Amino acid sequence: MEFDTIAAISTPLGEGGIGIVRISGPDALSIAEKIFNPKVKKNIRELKSHTLTLGNVVCPNTGEVIDEVLLSVMLSPRSFTKEDVVEINCHGGIMPLKRTLEAVLDAGARLAQPGEFTKRAFLNGRIDLAQAEAVIDVIRAKTEEGLKVAVGNLEGSLSRKIKKYMDGITDILARIEANIDFPEEDPEAFISRDELYEMIGEIAKEIEEFLREGERGKIFREGLKVVIAGKPNVGKSSLLNALLKEKRAIVTDIPGTTRDIIEEMLNMGGIPVRIIDTAGIRKSRDKVERIGVRRSEKSIEEADLVLLVLDAVTGIEKEDEVIIEKVKDKECIVLINKTDITGKVNIPFYEKATGKECIGISAKKGIGLKEVEEKIKERVFKGEINTTRPLITRVRHEQALKKALASLNESLEACRDGLPLDIIAIDVREAWEALGEITGDKVEEEILNRIFEEFCIGK
Amino acid sequence: MPYNAGKFDVIVIGAGHAGIEAALASARLGCKTLCLTVSMDAVALMPCNPAVGGPGKSHLVREVDALGGQMALSADRTYIQMRILNTGKGPAVRALRCQSDKKLYQAEMLRVLQQQKNLMVKQALVEEIILKGTRVEGVLTQTGALYWAPVVILASGTYLGGRVIIGELNYSSGPSGFFPSNKLPQQMKANGIKMVRFSTGTPPRVDKNTVDFSAMTEQKGDEGELYFSYMSENLNRPNVSCWLTYTNERTHKIIKDNLHKSLLFSGEIKGVGPRYCPSIEDKVVRFADKESHQIFLEPEGLGTAEMYVQGMSTSLPEDVQLEILRSIKGLERVEIIRPGYSIEYDCLVPTQLYPTLEHKQIEGFFSAGQVNGTSGYEEAAAQGIVAGINGARKVLGEEPVTFLRSEAYIGVLIDDLVIKGTNEPYRILTSRAEYRLLLRQDNADLRLTEKGRKIGLVSDERYEKYLKRKKMIEEEMEKLKTHRVKPGDERVKMLLQKKGSAPIKNSITYAELLKRPELDYRDVLEILPKAEDVPKDVLEQVWIELKYEGYIKKQLAQVERFKKMEDKKIPDGISYRDINGLRNEAKEKLEEIRPKTLGQASRISGVSPADISVLMIYLEQKRRNEKKGGVNE
Ligand SMILES: Nc1nc2c(ncn2[C@@H]2O[C@H](COP(=O)(O)OP(=O)(O)OP(=O)(O)O)[C@@H](O)[C@H]2O)c(=O)[nH]1
Ligand SMILES: [Mg+2]
Repeated sequence: MEFDTIAAISTPLGEGGIGIVRISGPDALSIAEKIFNPKVKKNIRELKSHTLTLGNVVCPNTGEVIDEVLLSVMLSPRSFTKEDVVEINCHGGIMPLKRTLEAVLDAGARLAQPGEFTKRAFLNGRIDLAQAEAVIDVIRAKTEEGLKVAVGNLEGSLSRKIKKYMDGITDILARIEANIDFPEEDPEAFISRDELYEMIGEIAKEIEEFLREGERGKIFREGLKVVIAGKPNVGKSSLLNALLKEKRAIVTDIPGTTRDIIEEMLNMGGIPVRIIDTAGIRKSRDKVERIGVRRSEKSIEEADLVLLVLDAVTGIEKEDEVIIEKVKDKECIVLINKTDITGKVNIPFYEKATGKECIGISAKKGIGLKEVEEKIKERVFKGEINTTRPLITRVRHEQALKKALASLNESLEACRDGLPLDIIAIDVREAWEALGEITGDKVEEEILNRIFEEFCIGK
Repeated sequence: MPYNAGKFDVIVIGAGHAGIEAALASARLGCKTLCLTVSMDAVALMPCNPAVGGPGKSHLVREVDALGGQMALSADRTYIQMRILNTGKGPAVRALRCQSDKKLYQAEMLRVLQQQKNLMVKQALVEEIILKGTRVEGVLTQTGALYWAPVVILASGTYLGGRVIIGELNYSSGPSGFFPSNKLPQQMKANGIKMVRFSTGTPPRVDKNTVDFSAMTEQKGDEGELYFSYMSENLNRPNVSCWLTYTNERTHKIIKDNLHKSLLFSGEIKGVGPRYCPSIEDKVVRFADKESHQIFLEPEGLGTAEMYVQGMSTSLPEDVQLEILRSIKGLERVEIIRPGYSIEYDCLVPTQLYPTLEHKQIEGFFSAGQVNGTSGYEEAAAQGIVAGINGARKVLGEEPVTFLRSEAYIGVLIDDLVIKGTNEPYRILTSRAEYRLLLRQDNADLRLTEKGRKIGLVSDERYEKYLKRKKMIEEEMEKLKTHRVKPGDERVKMLLQKKGSAPIKNSITYAELLKRPELDYRDVLEILPKAEDVPKDVLEQVWIELKYEGYIKKQLAQVERFKKMEDKKIPDGISYRDINGLRNEAKEKLEEIRPKTLGQASRISGVSPADISVLMIYLEQKRRNEKKGGVNE
């Protein structure tokens, strides 16, 4: 077999929260075997090709049940990729879907690159020659999509962390390599085994803590990022409170009440939603408010969905137009608030003016909120909002961190066993490269740059 | 008037470290070879430090040796000090470095060259490479001699457009006062060859008789029969010391006060210098908080009082150089014999070359050594032998020979040059070799002798020696893996106790015992039956392979993956511009470098994994199209 075994979420969450994890490659069956307990007492290899089997996905490390799923085996060559393929239909929502994928990866599959299934299908002769251009388009489009998320994340804590760990590992490698390649040239570059052990241990510990924290869900908190935006005093905070059914944000009739981002989790019919209230966007002299506005704008950029709130009483003003322009290219629903005062509003007028779908609501009286929820769910299920894309990005980051951690731990063991520098370097380098796959950087150049920055090398 | 001066199979321009290996390889493979040097006194010249080897570099020297090259043999016969570096840092990075007697080294090399059958060495300044269309035909010298050959190997070091800078003084010159070659680079540029300007520096040489060694720390060489070459033995070389001293705050003040007198430092001269070889003025400015820098004094030979001042590379004026030196402990009354200088020179952009070192646009034109943007004698020699082999094979109508990154440092070096290119003079480093643990200097013969034999450069004597060593290693390995240690063995019990190692319960093999981290092979030697009959280098080899088995396996698995991509050939003549889905940057880079394999393509900077996927789809599409019966793309 030419290729290794890959896995990914192949379709986003559909109606009723169903999503599919697909595994393809020579080890697809043996990997599935490790994580799947069929209800009928049968080995995976005895299952009939192209039929569904009910069972549980279990965590290969702990044995804990993750989700009840339907699994189907499609044996080579009668599959999409012409390789052995296993598809796992999860229906417990986003978290079980993600955990199922992780279980598959922990059991030995590699997370697929964007468009990789399609690429294999073509290279293995499943897809017709005439479709080659289309295949290239898929790869290109999916890669670009992935990049967008990565860039969005770059400012996020996740990528910042990865950069930070890489930086630390680069330091270690630069020390090791300066020692090896320029012996005796800069005594300051010298590193003792103990120092090395300490440096590696520190980063390993940080990564470990970070990953553990991630499991509790703090930074890796999943969910659709829904941002409430609008000019001041339109009722954004009131909407947040209404959706949460609690008085979370301060509501006053003074424009500019909310100064900073307020973020809460919400379960909308099985979809975890991160709902974010922002400061009203307007030109302001107040320094604090200006910072708040900038944060609002950034939130809008990172949002999966924007709820743009307009005031039915004032209608569309200059300030609104500025914001409408900002959300032009975003997935967005426009809410015309305070209809309890004005009565029914002219929806077609607003839709024409904003170019988006509009709903009349009253945050204060709770009118139209059900409809808002329905509309959000609809968009997710229709696939207009891709909930799995950021999820895959996260799995990719976590997976890379896990690999890096494993390598660092091996290098620590090598240190303890008193193995020499060049051996220790192998594992440390591997840790770096696991993270480098995400950022697309090349280890060798980074090490050399760091060596020449830090140490006075030279005859 | 130009005159016809003769026909050859291969012409090598330059008799430095690259030219020598190229000329010898070509002649030894049976090609009638002409080697032209600017001056007979410049043959095998070491214009910079009087040393051979070091991490990565000694790996190269041994690889060249295993292939049947010359550098190791000559270095062994002329060294005046040998050291093992990185002893405690692991098997992959252990390295040899010697101090050479420069004059002896030159004389030895000249002897070898002049005794070589099929080889003629002459003094001549080449002014033109004669081309016919896109093919090379011969060379024209300054004195009008026309030499004809289907293969020309350019190994002209830093002579092309050479310009020496000392303080505010700068003049056209090759290294060490030899003639530069000014017409050749112009002609090359006119023929569309892309060139860049690099620079490098060398420190002053001082008179040994004016140095106070009592104020310095002595650094002796290592004792014992230490050689680069697998063939060297019983050469009885001397062990002359080097000396260590330091710069101080006064030194640094003098440098800072005189910075404006350096043309190089004021940025007027633009050649890119190597980061790993900064001038002393660079070091003082960039690492301003360092109170002192190391300075080593190295003898340049037994027959001269000249000493090389390592760490003092500079392009400051001569009077400032003297002032700087005299501020250093032990050098208070020193006299300079030759001042330090910087040299700027033209070199070829190496991405224009195939991994055979033949130029992509000009058939039969090869280049090797510093002219390809590298630095260092060893890097030059490694390229020299590759160019020589491939030049000769071209004449003989044989398939080219190249080296993979997974098989030799030579492969790493050339792949880096022709695929990634370089924006500073390139130096080999062990950290550039991703499969470092496999490419050790102790197993260069095991990796390459067979290949060298097939090429035709490995003598019967060398080959037999290699086979014998290989057999002994295999036998010893077998012995360690099958012979068992009994728990009751008193000597074993004692050893384990002494080493704080857990006692054994059941009988285990020696190999298993050796893998315990707390045990060294010397320990196991003590209890191993008949170990005294086995040569040390064989034991070492076996020990490394066993001790690091897990890591070696890991790297072998990586190599498997690497080879898969390297096996995926890209046919010639692809128009990357027309491949939809490649990003523009990737298109440009691929057009420029024209990789031969997908592996090479993936190492080009600016080509992303997604671009590689697109390329794979395209190649498959092309393949299926051609199978269907030659439909145009
Ligand atoms: N009648 C009516 N008043 C509302 C409604 N929603 C909000 N309000 C009022 O509008 C005022 C502003 O409400 P907030 O929710 O603080 O508005 P905001 O958009 O968060 O304002 P900033 O944080 O200042 O940007 C308050 O006095 C609310 O009581 C609504 O649906 N009907
Ligand atoms: Mg508010």
